[in-house]
Amino acid sequence: MVTQVTSFGRSGLYDWMVQRVSAVVLSLYTIFIIGYLLLNPDLTYDQWSALFETTWMRIFSLLTLLSIGVHSWIGLWSVSTDYIKATGLRFFFQSLCGLAMFIYVVWGIQVLWGL
Amino acid sequence: MLVSIYRYNPEVDDAPYMQDVEVNLPEGKDLMVLDVLNLMKEQDSTISYRRSCREGVCGSDGMNMNGKNGLACITPMSAVVKKNKLVLRPLPGLPVVRDLVVDMSQFYKQYEKIRPYLVNDNPAPAIERLQTPEEREKLDGLYECILCACCSTACPSFWWNPDKFVGPSGLLQAYRFLIDSRDTATQERLAELDDPFSVFRCHGIMNCVNVCPKGLNPTKAIGNIRSMLLQRAT
Repeated sequence: MVTQVTSFGRSGLYDWMVQRVSAVVLSLYTIFIIGYLLLNPDLTYDQWSALFETTWMRIFSLLTLLSIGVHSWIGLWSVSTDYIKATGLRFFFQSLCGLAMFIYVVWGIQVLWGL
Repeated sequence: MLVSIYRYNPEVDDAPYMQDVEVNLPEGKDLMVLDVLNLMKEQDSTISYRRSCREGVCGSDGMNMNGKNGLACITPMSAVVKKNKLVLRPLPGLPVVRDLVVDMSQFYKQYEKIRPYLVNDNPAPAIERLQTPEEREKLDGLYECILCACCSTACPSFWWNPDKFVGPSGLLQAYRFLIDSRDTATQERLAELDDPFSVFRCHGIMNCVNVCPKGLNPTKAIGNIRSMLLQRAT
């Protein structure tokens, strides 16, 4: 057993499962948004903002936002442990990714709810 | 035929280099790469490589031939030579001892880690632990591994983390003991593997399947280990 403290869930299985579940969410959201844009060629601002006013869309968007956060965190953590061999630099890169993920989630919520 | 071979003798050379050797191959015969190496060694006895059984059973002469890992003794020249040139390099990712001879310690360490032997707490029966033909069948495609290291040294995840990622060869063996009906340490074995590196550093690119000289499928075995871990934890 290899010990790890910087990975997302600290269990390989958990990270692996979260990575797959979040990938499904991201695919569904992407398909939905592309489909919506294709089905509404002359989309107005009112229509677009009405879509994001609905509760289910906010739930869906927030779920996607969180999925982007964890999905990219797990992915970039893997990349960093593969390619960055110097511990200090690797930890710095991981911290940077963690911070970016947190910022994007908070910022995304602010955009969604227009606080 | 032009053969470009990786040369490095740490006692003499400052750095490894590629040496071009012109080899006269007998007409009308499709030699194995190992035969060509033997011809080269007749000309220059300092060329070093491992070989033993010369029939793909011992797994000693794993090397990189024109960019693909394999056993030199069972790889015909016709299968690897491109543009009338053969490039021979040691297995990638492992420290070179000399020429085509690599230090396999890291590879064996990972193999040792998965406890490649039957663990059974029950008292031993008078004769032997029996298996049904169905239980025995589950070991097919797993027990045939000869530990030549062609797969693990073709795996980028093993190149980057040879100390943490068990590698395709070790994981194939891990599954061989996980699925064995005579082994009682299944849960302990699974617990050992449930970290972000040992199994999950495999991203399924299947280089291992592509190079295995015995035609085995480590990626499938790794998938089965994942399923076992998932079943155990959900």
